[in-house]
Amino acid sequence: MLQIENLHATVADKPILNGLTLNVPAGEIHAIMGPNGAGKSTLAYVLGGRPGYEVTQGSVAFDGRDLLAMVPHERAAAGLFLGFQYPVEIPGVSSLQFVREALNTQRRARGEPDLSGADFIKLARAQATELGMDPDMLKRPVNVGFSGGEKKRAEMVQMGIIQPRLAILDETDSGLDIDALRIVAAGINRIMRAPDKAVLLITHYQRLLDHVKPDRVHVLSRGKIVRSGGPELAHELEREGYVEAAA
Amino acid sequence: MSAPFPTRKDEAYRYADFDALKAIWDALPAPERILIAAQQNVQQVWLPSADEVQVRNVEVAVEPHASCTIFALNTASTYGRIALDVTLAENSNFALHAANIGGGDSTLEIVTTVRHLAPAATSRQTVRSVLGGKATGSYVGKVAVARDAQRTDSEQSVKAMLLDRGATANCKPELEIFADDVKCAHGASVGELDPAQLFYAESRGLDPAAARALLLEGFIAGLWDDVADEAQREQIAATARSALRVIA
Repeated sequence: MLQIENLHATVADKPILNGLTLNVPAGEIHAIMGPNGAGKSTLAYVLGGRPGYEVTQGSVAFDGRDLLAMVPHERAAAGLFLGFQYPVEIPGVSSLQFVREALNTQRRARGEPDLSGADFIKLARAQATELGMDPDMLKRPVNVGFSGGEKKRAEMVQMGIIQPRLAILDETDSGLDIDALRIVAAGINRIMRAPDKAVLLITHYQRLLDHVKPDRVHVLSRGKIVRSGGPELAHELEREGYVEAAA
Repeated sequence: MSAPFPTRKDEAYRYADFDALKAIWDALPAPERILIAAQQNVQQVWLPSADEVQVRNVEVAVEPHASCTIFALNTASTYGRIALDVTLAENSNFALHAANIGGGDSTLEIVTTVRHLAPAATSRQTVRSVLGGKATGSYVGKVAVARDAQRTDSEQSVKAMLLDRGATANCKPELEIFADDVKCAHGASVGELDPAQLFYAESRGLDPAAARALLLEGFIAGLWDDVADEAQREQIAATARSALRVIA
């Protein structure tokens, strides 16, 4: 589903990704782990198409389409969801209005009809409830005044409403206490564990992977994948640290 | 209007479009007068017309324990001017919620003088400007507190958002205070759309123009919340939204 080939990228002319190759087939969840500064968030932003993240070499195919040729909203309409490490606050715009416009714009781009107001509210309330969030919080401005954990939950509520085919989740576990981690992990499994979907989980810690079982684990160091393995690799990393494991 | 034609030295006309003004000056009616009788509570919603040049001069007198709230949307395509001269009696209230929204070469301005003549009156002015192209949006607001107007409580909140390099915002609050027990707050800021917010919205599927329009709606959010009549509230909100979509 996602094929990254020899990807090189720079931020402010500084090379961050240096020949990253990765293949995530449909139906699988892959974890990317690595120390600070390895390029994890840069990979997420490059895949999302954030301005300022310059691809200098390599290719990314999403369902066989050239992902890098698409602008961010086209990537979303194609089925890509980027879960932010630091979800952005948008004062004055309610989450309901924000996600409804986002969802309906995506649907139009795919030639599907808009979801009616009533159907949308029903869907949004159901997703919030599944993630242990008071549905009334969706009436509040996007992420404004939310705690770190609430923002991450809100990201998963948006993902549940939008139902992407490929989710890139950038440190979705950071800022979560143990209970919230379980709920968010259950959300990822419920929303994204399907034969026609895939997830790239970017994380520092193994603890998320106790709840969302990855099919593959990759170690990212200095902008490229230096090791890949099964779920047991995450435990090894946790025990021995990145330096040992990557050696 | 029989008054002599103003010059740039007139503070109230400092940012005006003189060419547009000259063309209509002689045909301008005398200022509209609104009297809010004691104990009355009045709201007015001012929507823009389709005219390229719109100049509105209004004098408001608010009697003791009365309250006047004005909601104004200024979007004329060439020149839009809303000038208000408000006098406040004891324990009266005045509130202005206004927006300048324009692109192209338009000049939009809101010019107010609020005179606190007697004790314990409050005034609240909230003005938001969203300016694209080479548009200019201004707020010139004077609050004058007379010697007897103790316990005056006044506030001016002025924010502008510039969408293009050629756009200009002027924010000029002015205070003239002769009483000693008063609270006169004012804040002004000029900014532009946040690239992080734009990318967040686009990554969720909004195209760039829709993302900008949504963020701008957020920027002016709250201005019309207190319009008591629901139909009027929706009308001014919808008119503002369309104006934002044009320049977003």
